Order: sequence, then structure tokens, then C-alpha cells
Amino acid sequence: MNILVCIKQVPDMESRFKVNGTGDWYDEADLAYRMNEYDEYAVEQAVQLKEQLGNQPEITVLSIGADRVGEALKKALAMGCDKAVQVQDNDSARKDPWQIANIIAAFASDKNFDVIFTGMQSQDRGSAQVGVTVAEILGHNCASTLVGFEYADGVVTAKRELEGGVKSVVKVPVPALVTCQLGLNVPRYPTLPNIMKAKKKELQLVPVSSLLKEEAATGTAKLYPPVKSGGGIVLEGDLGDVADRLLGILKEKTTVMK
Amino acid sequence: MKALLVCEQREGKLLDTSYELVAFAERLGAEVSLVLVGKQAQAPQVAGKLYLADVDKYGEYSPELHKHIVLAAALKENPDYIIFPHSSYGWDLAPRVAATLRVGQVSEIVNIVDGQLEVSLCNGKLRRTVSPKGARAVLTVQAGAFNYAGQKSGAPQVEEIEISQGSSALQFVGYEPAEKKEVDLGRAEIIVSAGRGVGKKENVGVIADLAKAFGGELGASRPVVDAGWVGHSHQVGTTGQTVSPKLYVACGISGAIQHLAGMKKSDFIVAINKDKDAPISEAADVMVVADVLQLAPVLAEKLRAA
Repeated sequence: MNILVCIKQVPDMESRFKVNGTGDWYDEADLAYRMNEYDEYAVEQAVQLKEQLGNQPEITVLSIGADRVGEALKKALAMGCDKAVQVQDNDSARKDPWQIANIIAAFASDKNFDVIFTGMQSQDRGSAQVGVTVAEILGHNCASTLVGFEYADGVVTAKRELEGGVKSVVKVPVPALVTCQLGLNVPRYPTLPNIMKAKKKELQLVPVSSLLKEEAATGTAKLYPPVKSGGGIVLEGDLGDVADRLLGILKEKTTVMK
Repeated sequence: MKALLVCEQREGKLLDTSYELVAFAERLGAEVSLVLVGKQAQAPQVAGKLYLADVDKYGEYSPELHKHIVLAAALKENPDYIIFPHSSYGWDLAPRVAATLRVGQVSEIVNIVDGQLEVSLCNGKLRRTVSPKGARAVLTVQAGAFNYAGQKSGAPQVEEIEISQGSSALQFVGYEPAEKKEVDLGRAEIIVSAGRGVGKKENVGVIADLAKAFGGELGASRPVVDAGWVGHSHQVGTTGQTVSPKLYVACGISGAIQHLAGMKKSDFIVAINKDKDAPISEAADVMVVADVLQLAPVLAEKLRAA
């Protein structure tokens, strides 16, 4: 069996984001980057599948971006992936989901991956398009938003998360692509020996120009901080004082304190 | 401008997101037609043409067949936009339709600003306007972002739709109901919710204690539930419960869009957060800038003394 995991490196979402000079993306300077949280679940599930199958399958982990994505790839290797591919693209933030999906599909098209794992969405862009679009381009079966994954005899039994706590169960024959939701599993921490081993694993560099043949299907007009509604009261200062003022407001403006 | 709205039903019930699509299309000023894999009894009660495919024949969840049904309706209507709810149904189906048509998709639209489609970025910390490049596009609309204010009393003109594709490689096995609830947040008048900002499981007790002092229930945001700090029945948001209490206190919750969608109909919202600019501040009537772990005990003490 042959497994592919697609990961993205994103800024820590607790960061303060500033709009860049051209007004079409956030300023990437001074941000701390990490593996997209959804993709950690994808990596973990791929490694668990490999373990289930007696460590026979080979797992390739792929990321698109500037050289800094090597850090995310190294983490995936330390978690148990076998080899890494960096699609070199210093301008990946300006590619739209259609182009990103086409880059991945172009890479995967001649490699006979049986199962492809992606996160359900990225934390920064959040389009939830890339995984499903890759499956569509490759003609693979696909199930999105997984909170449960089982594999037996060429069929993935997937539990998809719907709204309001409801789940649906589907069976998907391979080759299949699944997108992973938070809570699917418990992503492992790389151990020190595995971090050391990861340093020796293969990192393949592929220029984006060799894979991307598609124009963007959407474009960003403008990026900006949310417009504040301005109606809210802001309280800050001494804790006791803040608590008193808050309770005063609740007495005045709600019925719950009576 | 013409819009084809892809309505959603589950187990015989039309979901409200279908009406939110109507509200969104009204904001766009689009002429509307609808498509539904369901039964006539579930048809949205709005004017317009409804392409109806029989759910017994095509299945509750069968993305390949549903895709071809949407494409068949699109072929008849030639719409500028094909619009889905940004739900587990919509985000699964929309990219399949967009890829087949080779058109752009704009996901999770939260607003229309000066005629442009606005989406959220980085957990709501940034917004941006996105424009499809071709003549046609696929859109998905964030739950709760567009409220339908009209009467649900119109009658669509129904046209049954059939497709020749008969089978799907993906097999739908069934639904699993939500876990048994430890708490029914839908009925609570006061909800005090814990977010990732409380730091660790041991600190959830501080928030639970504040909820108790208010005489309310403990809620939580998704990361707190995923980390196993509290059970799923406490989760507020699109994948948890949608709530509308008289008072909602968000403790250490930054305000991811899925959480906001689940609680913004609360009558009065208090947010307690160290970051004054956290996205939750948009929804809050009162934004308390403080470390919630320090403020909550003080607040609980004063409530008990009152």
C-alpha cells in the first residue's frame, strides 16, 4: 500500500495579524509557524494505518511552500512518515484552492496512492476545498470531515461529523481520499529518537512550475481586519472594580440578575 | 443574475440553512431557483422553481449522484452562482461541482460588502473579499450569517429531475445520533462557556464554579471538548449546540466563526478575554479585558454575596 499525506504550515492562530503592504494577504514577518492542526490528525491517521498493516505501507508527506515548510515536514517524518516532498513555492499564499489542489493532483497522478489523507481545512484560509477537489481531479472516492477511520480489505469505513453531534457512517473503497476533522485521533508527539531518525529521511524538492498548469479561479480583492460593530462596552482595570461594573451592567440590561 | 440554491434535508426534514441561502440570494439581488434531493413535502416554502430528485432513489448521502443532480439542474437553469450551505453537506459537495465545471469556488461567505463576497480568515481575525474569475462560480454560505426574514409560506413550482448515473462507489451506511446529553444547553437561560484560553483541564472547574454562581450551565468551545476537558454535550457551535440564552458568558474564547454561529443569538453576551481584539469582541455586548482565571473567582464570590 502507498499512502500520501498533504500538510500545510500555518501561522499560530493566537498571533496578531497585520495586513501586508499590498493589502491582499497577512504580513508573514514575525509570525511563528506550525503544522496546520487538522493536518496533524491526518498524519497521525496515516501512521496508525501503516502500523495496522504491519509497517508495510510507505507514507509520503507533501507540503507546498517556502523553505520554512521543511519544519512541518520534519515533524511529520518524526511522527512516522517515511519520506517528504516539498513543492517549492515562495508564493503559495497567492495560489487559490483550485491551484493548490491541481499541484497536489499533478504530483499524485502517476504514483498510485491507495489512500490520501488531508486536513479538513486549513486554519488560516479555511476554504475546506483542497482535499475534495484533489479527489475529484484524480477520480478517487472521497469522504470529508472524518472523526472515525477504519480500514479493512480495501475499504475505508469512515465516520463523518455532521452538525449538532450527528455523525454519518460511509464505506469508501480505495483508492480514496479522506479529509480529517479535529478529534479524529490523538496526534502523537515525536520522540527524540524519532526526531533523530527523521533527519536521515529523504526530502525531495520539486519546483512548483513542474506541477502547476492551472490559472487561479478566484482572486482576493482586499484583506482587512473585521469592522468593529462599536456597540460593545469594554471593561478593564482592577479585578474587583471590573466585577462590580459588570454585575451593575447585567442588573441594568438583563433580566437574569433579578 | 441567476442563482441555483442547493437545499439540504436530513432524515426527512428540510434544514434551515436552505432558507439562509434564500436570504443570501436576496442580498445578492439574484433570481432564484432551487434544487433538493428529498421529497415534495420537504420543499422550501418560497417562490421559484424547485428541481426535486427523489431521495429514495438517489440516497440521503451519495455525493456522486447528488453532484450529477446539481449539475443537471444547473444545465437547465444556467445560473451565475451555484450556492451551497457551508455545512458538512455543502463543503463535501460544492468542490465536486466546482471541479467538474472547472469554475472557481468561494467558501464560507459571511457577508456581502459593496457587492463583494466577504470571507473570514485566521479564525475571524481578518476578513477578505474574494472574486471568482469566470462568469460562473460555486459559493458556500456560512451558517447563521444570513437570516431569512420572509414568510415561509410561498410555494415553489416543482419539476422532478432524474439522472442516468445509477450507482455510487461510496456506500452510505447510516446516521449515528448525537451522544446522550449530560446537559441541555438549548433550554438554559444562562450559559458560562470555557474556551482554550482557560489553559488546562484542571482550570475548567473555575469556569464551572462561575456558571454555578450565576445559576447557569457550563458550555464550552470545540477545542475544550476535543481535548477531553468536558463532554460533547457542553459544546456550543455549529458542530455542537446552537444556543440562545438570556446571558452568555464566553470565558477565554477567541471566537472562531463556528462558535460565533452557535451563540450569537444569545440576548446578552459577555466576553472575558486577555485579548481586547479577539474576534469574540465583535459579538460581545460587554468585553471584559482580563485573565478569566483571575476574574472568575472574584466574580463568583460577588455573585454569591449579592
